[in-house]
Formats: sequence, C-alpha cells, structure tokens
Amino acid sequence: MSTTVPHNPEPRFDVDGTWVGASVPRREDPRLVTGRGRFVDDITLPRMAHAQFVRSTVASGAVEEIDLTGTRDTPGVIAAFTAADLGLGDITAVLERPPSEFVPTDMPVLARDRVRFVGEPLAIVIAEDPYTAEDGVEAARVSYRSEQAVVSDEQALAEDAPLVHDNAPNNTLLDVSMFATDGIDDVFADADCVVRVDARSSRQNALPLETRGVVASWDDREEQLVVQTCTQVPHQVRTVLARSLRRDERAVRVVVPDMGGGFGQKCVVGREEIAAAAAALRLQRPVKWIEDRKDALSAAFLAREQHYDARAAFDADGRILALDVDIVCDMGAYSCYPFSAGIEPLMASSEMPGVYRVPAYRVRGRAVTTNKAPSAPYRGVSRPQHVMVMERLFERASRELGMDPVEIRRRNVITTFPYTGVNGVTYDPGTYLESLDLCEQLVRDEGWYDRKRELAREGRVLGVGYCCFNERTGYATEAFAKRKMTAVPGFDISEVRMDTTGAVVVTSGTLSHGQSHETTLAQIVATRLGLDPARVKLHQGDTDRVTYGWGTFASRSATIGGSAVSLAADRLVEKLLHIGAHMLETRPDNVELHDGGVRQRDDHGQTLSYAAIADTAYLRAERLPKDTDPGLTATASFDPPGDGTFANATHAVVAELHPGTGRVEILRYLCVEDCGIVINPQVVEGQCRGGIAQGIAGALYERISYDEQGEPSCASFIDYKVPTAGEIPDVEIHHLETPSDLTENGAKGVGEGGTIGAPAAVLNAVNDALRPTGIELDTTPIAPETVQRALEESS
Amino acid sequence: MTDQYLVTLTVNGEDHELLVTARRTLVDALRHDLHLTGTHVGCEHGVCGACTILVDGAPARACLMFAVQAEGRDLRTVESLGSPDSPNDLQRAFSEHHALQCGFCTPGFLMLAEGFLASRPRATKAEIREAVSANLCRCTGYQTIVEAVDDCASRRRCAPDTTEGEATPEPGQNDTPRPA
Repeated sequence: MSTTVPHNPEPRFDVDGTWVGASVPRREDPRLVTGRGRFVDDITLPRMAHAQFVRSTVASGAVEEIDLTGTRDTPGVIAAFTAADLGLGDITAVLERPPSEFVPTDMPVLARDRVRFVGEPLAIVIAEDPYTAEDGVEAARVSYRSEQAVVSDEQALAEDAPLVHDNAPNNTLLDVSMFATDGIDDVFADADCVVRVDARSSRQNALPLETRGVVASWDDREEQLVVQTCTQVPHQVRTVLARSLRRDERAVRVVVPDMGGGFGQKCVVGREEIAAAAAALRLQRPVKWIEDRKDALSAAFLAREQHYDARAAFDADGRILALDVDIVCDMGAYSCYPFSAGIEPLMASSEMPGVYRVPAYRVRGRAVTTNKAPSAPYRGVSRPQHVMVMERLFERASRELGMDPVEIRRRNVITTFPYTGVNGVTYDPGTYLESLDLCEQLVRDEGWYDRKRELAREGRVLGVGYCCFNERTGYATEAFAKRKMTAVPGFDISEVRMDTTGAVVVTSGTLSHGQSHETTLAQIVATRLGLDPARVKLHQGDTDRVTYGWGTFASRSATIGGSAVSLAADRLVEKLLHIGAHMLETRPDNVELHDGGVRQRDDHGQTLSYAAIADTAYLRAERLPKDTDPGLTATASFDPPGDGTFANATHAVVAELHPGTGRVEILRYLCVEDCGIVINPQVVEGQCRGGIAQGIAGALYERISYDEQGEPSCASFIDYKVPTAGEIPDVEIHHLETPSDLTENGAKGVGEGGTIGAPAAVLNAVNDALRPTGIELDTTPIAPETVQRALEESS
Repeated sequence: MTDQYLVTLTVNGEDHELLVTARRTLVDALRHDLHLTGTHVGCEHGVCGACTILVDGAPARACLMFAVQAEGRDLRTVESLGSPDSPNDLQRAFSEHHALQCGFCTPGFLMLAEGFLASRPRATKAEIREAVSANLCRCTGYQTIVEAVDDCASRRRCAPDTTEGEATPEPGQNDTPRPA
C-alpha cells in the first residue's frame, strides 16, 4: 500500500452500527427530481457566445480548402477559426512500448491537412446563439481530395490497404503478443477436445443521455481560464488544456457541473473541449458548446468493435488446458487520451482468462486504425466481449463433450484464493463457484428447465444462458503502469475538513455522474466520524477545490475513492481524539468517539462535541496542545496494493425466441453478484440493473455501422436502437458479500459488472434456444432477422 | 429567419411575454428565455423524451414544438411539481425507488408519468411500462421507474377524494434510516 497513513482497523468509537450498508436516501435526488440540477447547458454567462463545429463529410481525404467566407458573413456569426487560426497543440496518448508494439498518433484539436473520419471537426464557428452558429456551419465550404476509406479491421490489415496514419504501418497502432506458455501448441495437439469461437461485436455508443458540452470563460480576477465541462476526468482535461494552450496548469480551472451520464465516453479528453476554450480566450467572451445528438451518435467517442479468433483445449473431463486468442480491436481514427488505442486490446489480453483456471495461455492483441470515429473506454472495456468469448468457448466445449454447461464451468472456476493466474494476475477471494451454484439453483427452483421443455411441446422456443465472470475494479497505479501508459491512473487523494460547527467537507478526485457519490462517500466518512451523513458534504469535479485525482471509470470510485476518504477521515479522527484528550486533560488512549464528539473512556460523563473541539482548533488555538497545528483538516491518498481487487457475479437469462419476427424476449433475468462490502444496497442494485440494461443493448440492439465510403449509419435515435422499458426486463438481484482486504472499506466496486455479464448470458440463452437448429451465433448484436432465419431454416 | 414574434407563453400558471424567432423551439424558449432549465434536451428529434412537458395536460415533446405554436396553451414543466424541501408524491416515489441516477432524463419521465396518470389513474403496471417506454433512460434499466410510477399510482388510488395525490400518505418519507 503506497499510503503512509497507518490504518487502525479497530473501531475507535463506540457507535455500535454503521451508515455503511444502509440504503440512505440519495443526497442528489432533491435537486434532480425538481429540475434544479445544474447541467452544463443550464449555465448562462453574461455575453456568452455559442459554438458549433464544421465537420468533415468525407471519411478519408486531404483537405484542400476550408472556405469560411460565407460563415463569417452569416448574420449573428462572431468568428470562425480553423486549426491554422488557433495553433493549438495536438492531443497525443503515448505508451512506453517499442515501435513494433505501439505507434502514437497525434489527434489535432481541429483537423489540418487531412481528415480521417466523417464528423471530424475542421473549424469552430462562434455565434450569438446556437441557431446562427448552425447557420454559420452550413455556410462553410470545404473541399477535399477524397481517398479510399478504411472501414473494417480486415481492410485495415490487408496488404494493399491505404494508410490512415502515414506513421502506422498495416494500420496497426498496437500489436502485443503476451504470455505464450511454453509448449502450448503441444497441449492443443494432444487435447481431447479443441473448440473454436470466431466472434465479433459491433461498434457502440456509450450514449450518455446528456451529450457532451462545455462553457469556457476567462476570469480576469483569478487570471484563469474556467472550463465547465461534462467530463469524468477533470484533472486530465486540465492537463491537456494547459499543454495545448501552452499555459500554466494553475491558469486553467476545470469545473464539472451535474452530469447526465458518461459511461466512459466522457473519460477521455475531447477535442471540442479544447477548441471551445481556445475560442473563449481568443474572443474574450464566454463560449458554450453543446453537442447535438447527430454529432454525439457519429462523431463522439465510440467503442466495442472487436474481433476474436479464440481456441480452447479441454480434456475429456471438461477441464480447460489451454487458451489461444487473437484479438483485433477497430479503434477508429485516433488514440484517446490518456488511455490510447491500446485500451481495448490490452484489457482483453490481460483479463481474458477471467474466473477460470487456465494453465496455458497465448494471446495476440491488436488495435487497428480505421476511418471511423475514434474509440474510448466504454463501461466494462473489452470485458463484455472477452467474457462473452470465454463463455462461448465453455458452452461449445460442453456440447462437444456432452456435458452440462454449468457443470463444465463448475469444474474450471477458481476456488482457492489468492490465485495467481497464467496472466500473472493475482485474484483476491471471490465467490465464483458460489455465485454460479446459487444462480443455477434459482433457475431450477423457479422451474425454468421444466417450463422450457413443456413449452417446447407447444412450439415455443426457450433457452437458458449463464455467464460467470469477474471484474478487476481497483486498478492501481502499478496495474496501469504495467500497460506502459505514460499518464498512469491509479491513486486518489482525499481531504476531510471539519468546520467550527462540526460539519464536514470531504473532497474526492473521483467524479460522480449518476453513481451517487454525494450519498455513498458521505456514508463512509459519516461512519468513520460517527456523524449523521447529512453533516458531510462531498466536493468533486473542481480542479481548484480538489487536489488531484483520476476521476471516475473502471468501477474505481468506491474502491479507490472510498478508501482515500476513509483514510483521510481516520486521520481527522486521530486529530480530534488528540485535541479532545488534551481538552479533557486525560491520556490520549483514554478517549473515544461517541455520538458526534469525543468522550472519556473511563468516565462517560466527560464529553466534548466536535463543535467544541473545532472551536478550540480554530478560534482558541492558544488552548491547543503544543505539538498540534491549528485547524481540523486531514489529507490522505490511497493506491490499491498489487493487482487490485476483483468483483464477480453470475448472471442467468431465460429467453424466448419468436419465430415470426425473430424477436428475442427476455423472460427472466437473475443476477448473483459479489461486490464486497455493500455501502448502499439501493445504489448497488441500481448500478447492476443499469449496467445489465446496457449489456442487453449491446447483445441485441445497438450497432453503428459504416458504408464503404465510411459514412456512419446513425444520425438519430431512429437508426440507433436504444432499448426502452419495453425491451429491458426486470432484474432480480442476489448479493454475496466477500469483503476485500485490499480496500479500506472492503468494497470491490460495482459500476461495470452488469454490462460485462449481460452479453454472454443473453447470447448463451439464445444459443440454448437455437440448439435444436444446430445453429450457433457468436456475433452481437443478434439481429432479429438472424434469429428468424435460423428458426425458419430448421423448421 | 431572424424576424421576431411577440408571444405569450402560459407556463406553470404564469404568463410570460417573449420575443422569439419563428424557428425557436419551445424547449429552447423555456430553458434559455424563461430560464426554466429543468426541462432537458436529449436528442432534438422527439425520440428520447428528456424534453417532455405537459401541453394542455398531455405529455408532449417540447423539442418538436416551436415556441410560436405554444401560445394560448397551458404549459407545465417539472418546475410546477414540488420543491426540494417539499417534493410531490411522484417525485418522492422516484427518489424512494431509486428511479434516477444521473437525473438527466428524470424531468421528462416525471412529466410523462404525471400526464399519463392523470388520464389513466387505474393503469396496470404493464400499461405503465408501456407508457414509460416512450422515453429513454440510460442509467436505471427502467425497472425502478416503472415501480416508482406504479407505486405512486396505487398510493393516489388509496388516497380518498384526491386527484393529484395531495393528501396521499407518505410512509417512510421522514424515516431517516438509522445505523444498522
């Protein structure tokens, strides 16, 4: 553990209970249900102007001319800038890997001499209102020398493929071969059973309902650029802003208002954030940019387009002997900052073995670049895909070997912990087998296997599918450093400050955008201090208020952010006890916390409220012990040890296929999850359900496709099929609770798990239903016409 | 395109005079002219429903109407419901059931549900689900939204002689959970 704070696990206060574990009502709700949230588009500043972007209409080509004459002549247009006008530094993500493994690509804030995808920003238009800004965009004339677009991974890797980036041979940004256990080819040659899965997943949009947006302004008094933007990573946006604008970081303040979801799309730095800020500086006027839905669908960061060619070897008893995988991720036109185009293939390569004891492993992971909107992390990052592939391999092996699909998993899941896998990762204790057993028992007890058989006699087509998986949540600096990132996320810093009334402000470098941190982090601090959570207020999302942090992604907030606030609160407790003992004129070990104050252990009548201690700490500092600084503040950082902690779950889906339409109807969804200590059960269940809905969306509905010219298919929600309440089923959730020893609060994180488990469970259920047809599907989303054809062909 | 029209919009029982261009959408007029920012914009295509308000009592997409079309209509936005200190029964039900996470879609769902329940106070849960499927939420998976609306509807039905749930009992509202 990198932190120097000594953690005393023994409670130093006599509160017999805890706020941790209670469904405390959400602190966020009163403003959000009354329309009093403040989202970025709700912000209005005096003299505020409005930005829109001239965007490329071709997927690949040289830019011959950007003619903004008509734009500048448009009534209401204030200014229009190209890359040449603004002279901004590029956004570049770097991995410390040899050129054979990684090629960095510069993403210009505005495209210069060439464009690489439809929707790429070429110029920023500033106008008096958003309508005239759009008029200005329409009046722009851009001429291109259009070139052949690269629109698929196969095309990208073809020998004669045009290059998306001249410095990236074979259109390959990352190419790593890892693990390659000695003798793995012999294992495959000698195995009783070898199965293969060739699986694809489609490009998706994380789709926060609030599109991206910025309000940038200059503050003369603070000599600071203030950028209010909906980002999951405010400090990282500040770093890139400072570098791109060539200013001191001090002179840039990033503030995050209420945020309408992110799911990863907002955890990378956007070009538009930089361009809008540069325009505000240039014009000395506040500039607002709100992304419209068309741009959000086609030109915002996308994700998930992956191709797996996977083989697994099994013995006759169904034990997995070896895994050999080739992963190609279509990352689109550029690397995202800070993660780079390596984000998806590196995640998949490292984590693929998952919950199973895989003795031999070989993987090649590649990121290819194509003329499509670039990719960013999206909830689960690769795990929805590689878990799906692993689960398909086990299902296929169970068929080959004539085994029950749950039994084959049972024989292979890790049951003794800590377990160090073939991928070099050490797993902390989890309930892989227990969750699988319980989930299967629930399906049995509800009679789904019997109903499936009975209904089959009526011609109805049902299937049952499972997914057993884990999710590394507490990614430490060490874990990200192993990926050779040069901007390495991991730690979080927290400050806890008590005022003279005994109320508490806590800062966190994490960033809630729906995850309820105002509630849950307050619960943690309130428990440590023995206070009502209502007296603890969280500050996040302001680079001037929060020392430093890496924001919210990868289910890191409860584990890492929650641990940092725990440690900072513990430090404050030490100080309160120290001052309290001095004021009570007793030994430091003769005091304890009690009911919002400090009392003497051997004389409970001797008590001090926090307000009384705070009064001394701030207003009567002459009464403090000589060795004690005035004030009541404490700071701590946390960085998970080693490989971090793993949450896990098993999902089960019962699906019915409708022969006439090919519709896949989910009749039952069960989730048995273990996210360690549950801080707030209602919030945990909300994260599970919402995650599962997004996983189902990927399995059955959502897909952004491109035509041969690289034109994206989705301009509105008419084309991009986001599931509604009509498609998403109710989810029954069961909790197992394995406290993590690697976090300060025992939590394991829960933000992404639902999304990871759902695609495999749905796909397996569909394939179980299709079993009589002999057809197996390995590509998502599963189109209704595919299901319909499969059922028709067999009947 | 830039000609201005003087219109009077009746919003939450108050008349507001404002100058708008013909193309100004109703949602932009509400948000940026009247500063009623509780109504949100998610797609501008009439699909996501984040901008749902009540027009003469019925749910409508404020992004698909022009402000000039709304003159003489009775407009109600989320601001007409309760306040943070005193939310109405539907708002409380959303909070109690965790029917919101990021909260961006919430005002749209609230107004959708208010309009729906006013016309269909005896709706079944399946009918509520059908109605709720008009709007998009990316956070919750919808289950808790359906449950919140259903719970609110049944409490309103149990409340004698009320149509808006004014006198609806609110068990649990003031029961701050105690440490376990």
